Amino acid sequence: MIPAAFEYFTPSTVDEAVALLRDQPDAKVLAGGQSLMPVLRLRLAAPETIVDIGRIGELQGVRDDGDALVIGAMTPHSTVQADPLVGEHARLVSLATATIADPQVRHRGTFGGSLAHADPAGDLPAVAVALDASFVIAGPDGRRTVAAADFFEGVFSTALAEDELLVEVRVPKYTGWGAHYEKFNRVAQQWSIVAVAAAVRLDGDSIAEARVGLTNMGSTPIRASAVEAALVGRPATPEAVREAAALAADGTSPVSDLNGDADYRRHLASVLTRRAVLSAAGTG
Amino acid sequence: MTRITVKVDGSSFTDEVEPRTLLVHYLREQLGKTGTVVGCDTSNCGSCTVHLDGRSVKSCSLFAVQADGHEVTTIEGLAANGQLHPMQQAFHENHALQCGYCTPGMIMQSLDLIADNPDPSEDDVRLGLEGNLCRCTGYQNIVKAVRAAAAAGGAQ
Ligand SMILES: Cc1cc2nc3c(=O)[nH]c(=O)nc-3n(C[C@H](O)[C@H](O)[C@H](O)COP(=O)(O)OP(=O)(O)OC[C@H]3O[C@@H](n4cnc5c(N)ncnc54)[C@H](O)[C@@H]3O)c2cc1C
Ligand code: FES
Ligand code: FES
Repeated sequence: MIPAAFEYFTPSTVDEAVALLRDQPDAKVLAGGQSLMPVLRLRLAAPETIVDIGRIGELQGVRDDGDALVIGAMTPHSTVQADPLVGEHARLVSLATATIADPQVRHRGTFGGSLAHADPAGDLPAVAVALDASFVIAGPDGRRTVAAADFFEGVFSTALAEDELLVEVRVPKYTGWGAHYEKFNRVAQQWSIVAVAAAVRLDGDSIAEARVGLTNMGSTPIRASAVEAALVGRPATPEAVREAAALAADGTSPVSDLNGDADYRRHLASVLTRRAVLSAAGTG
Repeated sequence: MTRITVKVDGSSFTDEVEPRTLLVHYLREQLGKTGTVVGCDTSNCGSCTVHLDGRSVKSCSLFAVQADGHEVTTIEGLAANGQLHPMQQAFHENHALQCGYCTPGMIMQSLDLIADNPDPSEDDVRLGLEGNLCRCTGYQNIVKAVRAAAAAGGAQ
């Protein structure tokens, strides 16, 4: 189908984009369009104004900023996936990005778009939460920074106001950490039924620090803090990791849908957590 | 209406389009390039795949205005001097099409895949074509064709 008519704007700076979002009626941001276009084509949404942020240079690319990497909101998945800085300092991001959709969608879909979209089955939100990323947001009153833990508020709902733009995401460096993204789905280009993002720092044979995030185990991405605490100081052996992973579903409230009921998802969470942590530690 | 200038299959076009015109509809209905087809409303099937500045995209999932100032290659831009492109030839020789509906998209995505990975394994091909659905389920021969084209140096 063809989308409903709209007014179309292509700002070239963040300030211009924010002014348009504030001043134009019923304005919607268009990033890579890989989630928005199907919604417009099916006329599930029909905004009066589209603000295309694809021509704003400052939203593109990855840069090194000391103890963090800064990923521009409009950086396409395919660029993030292949970026050497991301591979070295935030490998979990590269690995999770590579599992998104298919090559064509990864050429257009963007890092910031995936996070702003906040689909519970999206792969990047759990990674952002696990890695304590922070979100730089521009609005009519200037810029503010929101921690990943506070950014995701519900299904398709975030801390972004309607006149705000996600500009970039700061990901602390996890240089030398092992990482793995374990995604469970059944058919090609399918979203995660459940997925687990894990990063671990080893000290000799034991786990010194761990970060674990869960995809699609609730309306927002979830940090599996109980698992993290149970891993610290333990050897990275299948037995120790299995024990810790058994805590993965604690306090979660996954949905039941055609892909699986809530109990099945809870079971998946602990199985996938075990696999993800063992692979991240290189002992899987 | 918005005026756009796009290079398509080597020729430059300047046209007035409504912002809501999908790139695939611009190609088919304004330029008459009906080689690129539409198979779904959900960005899943990949039958509309073209190259935008050399990389594969689903042309149903961007607006024509987003291609303003850029370069598009469609299935119609591959054959030269009456000769099929080596990837088209490989699809022909390996019987990689049944009804042929998915074929333009399959070929455009196969070229993107081979540009990144000139010697793909069977698994590499299947993963690289993840975004292209064949409703006739003729995947065996599609994979065979892509590997044959790769072996023959068909990346160009
Ligand atoms: C077939 C298919 C399969 C997919 N499979 C997966 C998958 O397995 N896992 C996965 O994670 N994703 C998947 N996706 C979604 C893909 O990752 C999209 O790229 C992503 O969801 C949205 O990014 P985008 O840049 O395309 O955003 P758009 O579609 O342009 O925008 C999405 C939403 O975010 C808002 N928005 C975008 N950028 C900003 C910004 N900078 N500031 C404020 N608001 C903004 C828009 O207004 C819109 O509401 C799939 C998509 C398709 C078509
Ligand atoms: S028409 Fe199906 S993906 Fe474009
Ligand atoms: S040949 Fe018929 S859809 Fe693929």
